[in-house]
Amino acid sequence: MSPRYQNRIELLQGTLDLLVLQTLRWGPQHGYGISQAIRSNSGDILQVDTGSLYPALHRLERQKWITADWKVSENKQRVRVYRLTAKGNRQLESERSRWAQVSDAIAGVLNPAKKESEA
Amino acid sequence: MTFSFWRRQKRDSELDEELQSHLQMAAQDRTDRGEAPDEARDAARRELGNVGLIKEVTREMWGWASFERLMQDLRYGLRVLLKSPGFAAVAILTLALGIGANTALFSVVNGVLFNPLPYPHPEQLVWLAESKPNFVTGSISFPNFQDWQKSNQTFTSMGLSRGYSYNLTGLGEAEQLRARLISSGFFDVLGVSPAIGRSFALGEDAIGVAPIAMISGGLWKRKFGSSPEVVGKSLTLNGKAYTIVGVIPASFELSLGGFHDIDVYVPIGQWNNPLLPKRGAGLGFHGIGRLKPGVTIEQARADMQRVTGDLAAAFPDTDKGIGAGVFSLKQTMVKGTQTFLLVLLAAVGFVLLIACVNVANLMLARSMVRTREFAIRTAMGASKGRLLRQLLTESLLLAFTGGAIGLLLAGWGTKVAIAQLPVTLPRAAEIGLDMRVLLFTLLITLACGIFFGLGPALKSARPNLHDTLKEGGRGGSGSRHRAQGVFVVVEMAMALVLLIGAGLMIRSLSALWNVNPGFDSHNLLTFGVALPPSMNMSDPAAIRAALRQVNRELAAVPGVQAVSLSWGATPIVSDDEDLFWIEGKPKPTSDNEMSMALSYVVEESYLNVMRTPLERGRFFTPQDNENSAHVVVVDDSFAKEYFGGTDPIGQHIVLTNKGGRAEIVGVVAHVKQWGLDSDDKEKLHAQLYFPYMQLPDEAMALSWNGTGVMVRYDSKMPAVAESMSAAIKRISSEHVMTSTQTMDSIISDSLATQQVSLILLGAFAVLALGLASSGIYGVISYVVQQRTQEIGVRMALGAKKADVLRLVLGTGMAMAGIGVAFGLAAAIGLTHLMADLLFGVSATDPLTFILVAVLLTIVALAACYIPARRAMRVDPMIALRYE
Repeated sequence: MSPRYQNRIELLQGTLDLLVLQTLRWGPQHGYGISQAIRSNSGDILQVDTGSLYPALHRLERQKWITADWKVSENKQRVRVYRLTAKGNRQLESERSRWAQVSDAIAGVLNPAKKESEA
Repeated sequence: MTFSFWRRQKRDSELDEELQSHLQMAAQDRTDRGEAPDEARDAARRELGNVGLIKEVTREMWGWASFERLMQDLRYGLRVLLKSPGFAAVAILTLALGIGANTALFSVVNGVLFNPLPYPHPEQLVWLAESKPNFVTGSISFPNFQDWQKSNQTFTSMGLSRGYSYNLTGLGEAEQLRARLISSGFFDVLGVSPAIGRSFALGEDAIGVAPIAMISGGLWKRKFGSSPEVVGKSLTLNGKAYTIVGVIPASFELSLGGFHDIDVYVPIGQWNNPLLPKRGAGLGFHGIGRLKPGVTIEQARADMQRVTGDLAAAFPDTDKGIGAGVFSLKQTMVKGTQTFLLVLLAAVGFVLLIACVNVANLMLARSMVRTREFAIRTAMGASKGRLLRQLLTESLLLAFTGGAIGLLLAGWGTKVAIAQLPVTLPRAAEIGLDMRVLLFTLLITLACGIFFGLGPALKSARPNLHDTLKEGGRGGSGSRHRAQGVFVVVEMAMALVLLIGAGLMIRSLSALWNVNPGFDSHNLLTFGVALPPSMNMSDPAAIRAALRQVNRELAAVPGVQAVSLSWGATPIVSDDEDLFWIEGKPKPTSDNEMSMALSYVVEESYLNVMRTPLERGRFFTPQDNENSAHVVVVDDSFAKEYFGGTDPIGQHIVLTNKGGRAEIVGVVAHVKQWGLDSDDKEKLHAQLYFPYMQLPDEAMALSWNGTGVMVRYDSKMPAVAESMSAAIKRISSEHVMTSTQTMDSIISDSLATQQVSLILLGAFAVLALGLASSGIYGVISYVVQQRTQEIGVRMALGAKKADVLRLVLGTGMAMAGIGVAFGLAAAIGLTHLMADLLFGVSATDPLTFILVAVLLTIVALAACYIPARRAMRVDPMIALRYE
C-alpha cells in the first residue's frame, strides 16, 4: 500500500464524499462521469485523483449511501453506474450543513473584523 | 469462507473492468478533443496512475482485509513449515497420534455412554429385577411378573425374558440355536417391530397354547434365504414343531447379557419346566419396562413397592421380603464399562497433553532459531499482534493437519481396535464418528493449536531487538529456560499420574492372578452337550443311560484324564441356586425363610476334574446313584455358615427341588464362583454339590437338552476340542456340542477389563516417561551449554568436579521434584476414579505411590547425569578462552 495514496484519501475524505454525493444528486453516473462532473462544475479547479475516487466510491457503496449497477453506455460499453440512495441523500444533507458550518467558521477566522461588525 | 472467496474473485474482475472502462472513456474524450489515439491512450493511463495500487486501496474498502491477511499468514506459515519438514513431520505425527487416540476413545465413550439407546423414547426404558435377601437383582418369577403387569400404574408396558437353547433339526445338520424365552409384549416395550410377520399377541405366552416362534434376521437369511414366505412355516425345536409368525430385523441389538446373536424367540409358556408356574421359583428371568410419559424412576419404584407389598401380603409363602428393582436400562447396560472407559479417556487425554507440551517445546526451540526473523520483521514495522497472529496461524496449521490425520486414523482404527479388544463392549455396533465426535475433535484440535502455540508465540512476539540483531546475541535464553522448565514439570507430573495408574493395575492383576480359584484351571475344558431331540419326553432311565454313555465315550478318548457331567452352576460361567433347610431346625413356613446355596450337580469324578481339595469326609462314588439314599457335599463356606464349629458330616438337609432329604457326606474347599475379583463382594457363598444321577426324574427329564461337561486332559493332548467333538459325533449325528472353552481362557476373559486397562495405561505411562525424560535431558543439556563459561570460571576458581555435578543435577532434581510433587497431588485426586478396576490394593496405595515416585526420580536423575558429566569434563582453559 502506498502512503501517497493513503494520505490523499485521508486529506480529501470528508470533502470528496460530499462532492461525490452532490454530483450523484443530479442523477446516476459512472466513475469517469463523476470525476468529469466535479472537474467541470468546479471550473477545472478540483481534479479528482482516480486513486482516491474509486476507493471512495467503494467505501460509500459499502456504507450503503450509494448503490452500483452495471449498464451499457451510449458507446456500447459496460460501465458501473452509481446511484444515490435515500440513506445517502440524508448523509448528503448532513454533510452539506456541516460543510456550511465549517466554511462559515473558516470565513469567520479569515475575516474576524467583518464578523465582529456583523455581531 | 469459500463463498466469500468466490464473491471476492468476481468483485476483483469487476473492479478491473470498471477501471478499464474509465480508461477508455478518458481516452475517448481526449481523441474527441483532437488528440492522436495513441497519445490519448498514454495520457489517460498516466492520468489514471498505478492501476495495481488503485485496486489494492479500493479492495481494502471491501472489508476483507482480515481474510486477505489470514490467507497471507497461511501461505507464509505453509512456506515456513515446508522449509523445516523434519520439525513439521514430528509435530504433526505427534499431534495426529494424540488427537487420533482421543477421537477414537471419545467415539467409543460417546457411542457407549453418551448416546441415547437406539429405541423410541429411550429415557422411558428401565430394567426390572426382583430384589431378594441374597440378590439385589434376582430373577423374576413368571406369576409375579404377570401380576406386576396387571397391577402397576406407572408403566406403559413390561416384558420378561431369559436365555435358552434349542436343538434345531430338519433344516440341514442338527444344530444348537441360541434362544430367548420372552413374554408377549417384549418387543413392544422396546418399540421394535418385526421385519415381516407379527410379534406374539396377548396371551400367546401362556402355558399350554400352540407353539409359535419368531426368528432373527440372521437365522432367516441363513436357513430361509430371507424368503418372505417364511411366515407360517414350521421350525422343529427340540423335536417339536413351532410355527414361525414373524422375523425380528437383523439390525436389532439389545446390549443386555444373553441377547447377543439370538436365533429364535419363543413365548415363555412353551418352556416345559415344571417350576415355571411356581411363584417362588428363581429361573433366571429378568424384565424390561417402559415408563408412562412423564413418570420418573422414583415414582415407578414407589408404585412397584406398592405392587410387591400387596403380593407379599397375598402370597407370604413365596413373596415375603421380595421387592422390585427398577433401574435405568442404559445404566444397566453400560455399568460394567463406565469406569474402564472413563479411566482410559482420562489417560489418553493426558497423553495428548504431553504431546502438546512436547510440540510446544519444539516450537519454543524453533522460535529461538527464528528470533532474528521476528526481530527483522518487527524492525520493518510488523506489529506485535501481527506476529502473534502469524505464529498462531502456524501452530493451528500444524494442529489442524495433525487433527485431520488423527481423524482419519480414528475413523479407520476404532472399529479395528474394538474388534481386537478382548473386552466385549456393550453397544459396540453403535460406535462411530457422529457430529458430536467431530465437534469434539475440532475442539481439542483448536485447543491444542492454541495451547502449544500461544506460549512460545507470546515469547517470540516481543523480541529484544537490540540484543537479537547484535551478532551473536543471546536474547531471551533465560526465559526459554524457565518456559522449558515449566513444560518439564508438567510432563513429569503427568507421567507420574499415568505410571501410578499403571502401577495400581499391575498390583491389582498380580493380586488377582494369585487368587486361588478353588480349582486348577489349567488343562480344563468346559462345553455343553445336547442329546438328540428324540430324547425329549424319554423316560428318565433312558436319559440317565444316554448321559452315562456320553461320559464313557469322552473318558475313553486318549489323553483325557477325567470327565464329569455338570448341571446347575459352573464356576465363573453361570450360577444356579437351591433352597433348603437344615433338618432338626424348625421347618421354614415359606420359601423366603429357606436358606440358599449355589448348586453344583456333578458326577463322582468331579473333584479329579477340578482338583478342588476335599477337606473332610468323602466325595461321591458311583454308588451314589438313582437307587441309593441321597447324599450331598458342601463347601467350607457352607459348613462355617450353617454349622459353625460343629461337624456337618452326617447331618441332613432338606432340598425343596431335589428330592428332599439328603445326608452331608463331605466338605470341600470353596470355589470362587463369582469370579476372582468379585467373589468376596457377593453375598451368596455357601456351595452345595449334588450327585447327577440322583437328580429327581422331573429334573432329569430337562437335562437332556444341554448338560455341561468338564474335562481334565493331559497337557500334551493335541486338538482337545476337536477330539471331544469327534467323540460326541461318534455317539450319534444328532448329539450337539456347544460353547467349548478352556477354563484358563474363561478366567483370562473375566480379567480382560483389568488386563486391557493395564496394557493401555502401561503403554501410555511408558510413552509419558520417555517424553518427560527426554524433556528433562534437553533442558539440562541446554543449561549446561549456556553455563559452560560460568562452570569454567568456577572450576578455575577451585570448584571440584563433584561441586559441578551437584550444581547441574540440583537444577534437574529441582524440576523433577516439583513435577513429582504435583504428580503425587494429582494422583491422589484422580486414582479413586479407577477404584472399580482395582483389586486387593487401595487407590492411594502408599507403596505404589512411593515406588513410582522413586522410579521417576531415578529416571530423571539418569537423564540429567549425561549432560552433568559433560559439564564435569569442561576444561576451564578452553571455556575461558571463548570469553
